Formats: sequence, structure tokens, C-alpha cells
Amino acid sequence: MSYFQIAWQWLTSAQQWHGSDGIPVRLVQHLQYTGIALGIALIIALPAGLAMGHLRRGGFVVVSVANFGRALPTLGLLVLIFVLTSGSPASWLVPLVVLAIPPILVNVYEGVLGVDPDLTDAARGMGMTEWQVLRKVEIPVATPLILLGLRISAIQVVATATIAAYIGLGGLGRYIIDGLARDEYNVVAGGAAVIVLLALAIQALFTLLRWLIVPVGLRRETQTSR
Amino acid sequence: MSWAWDNRALLGHYLVQHLYLALLPVLFGIVVAIPVGVMCVRYRWTWPPVLSLTSIFYAMPSLALYLILIDYTGLTDWTVIIPLTLFSLSVLIPNVVDGLRSVPPPVRQAADAMGFGSLRRVVQVELPLAVPVIIAGMRVATVSSISLVSVGQLIGIGGLGYFFIDGVQRDFPTEIYTAFILIIVLALLADSILVLLRRWLTPWEAGRKVRPGSRILTATWPGSSAGGAP
Repeated sequence: MSYFQIAWQWLTSAQQWHGSDGIPVRLVQHLQYTGIALGIALIIALPAGLAMGHLRRGGFVVVSVANFGRALPTLGLLVLIFVLTSGSPASWLVPLVVLAIPPILVNVYEGVLGVDPDLTDAARGMGMTEWQVLRKVEIPVATPLILLGLRISAIQVVATATIAAYIGLGGLGRYIIDGLARDEYNVVAGGAAVIVLLALAIQALFTLLRWLIVPVGLRRETQTSR
Repeated sequence: MSWAWDNRALLGHYLVQHLYLALLPVLFGIVVAIPVGVMCVRYRWTWPPVLSLTSIFYAMPSLALYLILIDYTGLTDWTVIIPLTLFSLSVLIPNVVDGLRSVPPPVRQAADAMGFGSLRRVVQVELPLAVPVIIAGMRVATVSSISLVSVGQLIGIGGLGYFFIDGVQRDFPTEIYTAFILIIVLALLADSILVLLRRWLTPWEAGRKVRPGSRILTATWPGSSAGGAP
């Protein structure tokens, strides 16, 4: 049997859709981990990126955070924190937040920094305060890149939240870790399929969001000139 | 550190495996990305479908792909190398396209006026000028690949990731942070080598200050470059 048949069989058998180890429960847990990590990352990275972009300084910090963040092995960070805190169940949170911060920070900073100075000068000339310049000009113009940063973070976190199961938590990673441990490939195959589908769904969701949120004029410009 | 010294042979073995698993995909990636990128710039209609494909590759969770591939490639190195190659492609193709498009039209016209054929123009004029943006993409692909390899240890093929799983099973932090630090050092070292490579390949850029927020930085996230999200 090929992978797709194995995964399909597992996905469509009724027992997978009920109970505390069913797909709906695991999916909700998985989305909770993702949501909490993204929320915290957003609270840290969004104001920081907006401030540094608006003040046009801190480029070095942003580049360093981006480079260093990519270099950190998430699994290593997870097990390190897990062992050092002698098995704290909250160990999953730090690696996922660390993973989510760089893409948001870089893109928010880039987005605000990239706003045409003519626009912000005009806004100031009209008597806007710095706060109004940020809120009414820079943030709307930077929306495409801000969304892009969020999308990259969301996809990485949703894919990586799988490893929370390695330290005994729930989420979709349970199927993978348990399936591997018990040598049940059909469980692994099904779990992997659900994670891939979830990642693609998030990608699609952000494409939709882009259509809904980004102003029409900007949309055309970002598609042709960037 | 005495643990690391006592186990240097084992560390060395996994270090070599780690580099091999991480760098081969970037190598495969760049070999494929350059012709594909050239094609996408030359035949514009091919770009939107290729861009959609790369963003799907980018969204593919590497761990899930390792698991799916077990069924086809078994527990071999390819099970890790193939997903990382797709990931590298998703970063490199947009960067190659972006780099080629950043060549100013007058430069291209000058090459045409000097009688360059289109192949020679691409190889001798456009690709060299695109080097900074292409290398920016290679830096992202390489550093990410080095840190992503360790997740492969969940299926038993993960280079230095071996020490993460072994360390947590034996409750032995020394082992974990030795591998942790080694991976970060490897990533930053590879990154520096690529920066040196860029300087060596583009001597004319020397002394030109790269403004933070220029496209060298923008191009480092897939989708942020040429064309934006599909």
C-alpha cells in the first residue's frame, strides 16, 4: 500500500474522530499551542518592529535576531529547557515563541521602514502627530509585509508545535511520537497528513486575509513592483 | 567540557553527518534554482505557477515530510535530504528571480548592444550582478537547513540531533548543550563563509554601504521578494 492509501485509510476510519485521542481534540490542542505562542510573539515583536521601523534605527538588532533565530535548533532548545527545568510541562512555550518572533519582527520593521518618505513627510506636513503618522500611514502601507511575517511565523509554529508531544504534551504531534514509538506507521502517516493539511490551510487562510485586508491600490502595487 | 573531549570521536562522526545532511540540500537547491529562476525571468508566464509551488514547498512541515518519505525511501539519508532540498528551493528560487530582476535595464540593454547573446548575457552579466541577492537566499537556506536537520533525529537520522534525544533520555544536559552550541556555531560559520564568498564574487560591491532594509534583507524571506504572495 502506498503512503496515500495508508494515510487515507487511517484518516477515514471512524475511531480517529472520537474520544480524547481523536483528531478534533488533538487539532484543538495543536491550535491552542500555536495560538498562544503566536500571540506572545506578536505582543513582543509587533511593537518592537513598529518602533524601530518608525524611528529608522535598530536595523542591526533586527538582522541579528533574524540570523540568530534561524540558527537556533528548536528541538534542541525544547529538550534543553525541558531537562534544565527538570521536566516542566511549559517547556514547549519558549522554543515556539523564539521561533515565531524573527519573521514578525523582520517583516514589520521592513514594512514600516520601506514606506515612501514622501508619504510620511506629507502626513507630517498636514499636521499629523508621530503617532498618527504611524497609525494612519505607516501601518496601512506596511500591511502586506506585516501579514507576510505573520504568515511565515504561523506556518513555522504550526509545523513545529508537533514536537510538544515529544515532552509528553498533546497536539497532533502525539500521533507521530506515539506512532513511531509503537511502530504503527499508519498512525504516523495519518498524523503527518493532518499536519501538512493544516499548514496548507493556514497558507490559504493568509492568502484570503491578504485579499480582505490589504487595500486594493496597495495590492496592485505590491504585486507588480516588489 | 571534559565530556565533549572524551566523546570527540562520536561528536565528530555526527558533526560530519550533520553537515552532509544540511549542505547537500542547499547544493541541490542552488543547482536547480538557477536554471529555474532564469526561466521564470525569461518566460514571465512561468513565474506565477512556480511561485505558487515554492510557497507550497515552504509551507510543508519538514518533519511531516520526513515521515511521509519513510514509506518511499526507508530510513536512509534521502528521507531527510529530499524535504530539505524542497525547503531550499522554496527559499532560493524567489531569490534568484528577484536577483535577476534587480539588474537595471540599461545594463541589460548595454549587453545587448555589445552583441551578447541571451545565454551569454545571463551568464556573464545578469547572474554576476544577481550574486548578492542569490547569496542572501543561500544564507537563509543554509542556516535554516543546519538547524532543521536535528529534527530528523525523531526518525533516527539527525546528525547532531542524536545528542538531543540521547541527552533527554539519559537526563544529561551537558550532552544537549554541547550539541546545541555546536549547531549554532556551525550555522554562524556557514553564514560567515557565504558572506566571504559574496565579497569575493562581487569585488565591485566593496565599500558600498548596504543600507539596512535594502533588498539584501528583504529578499531573505520567501514571498517577500519578487511578486509577493501568490
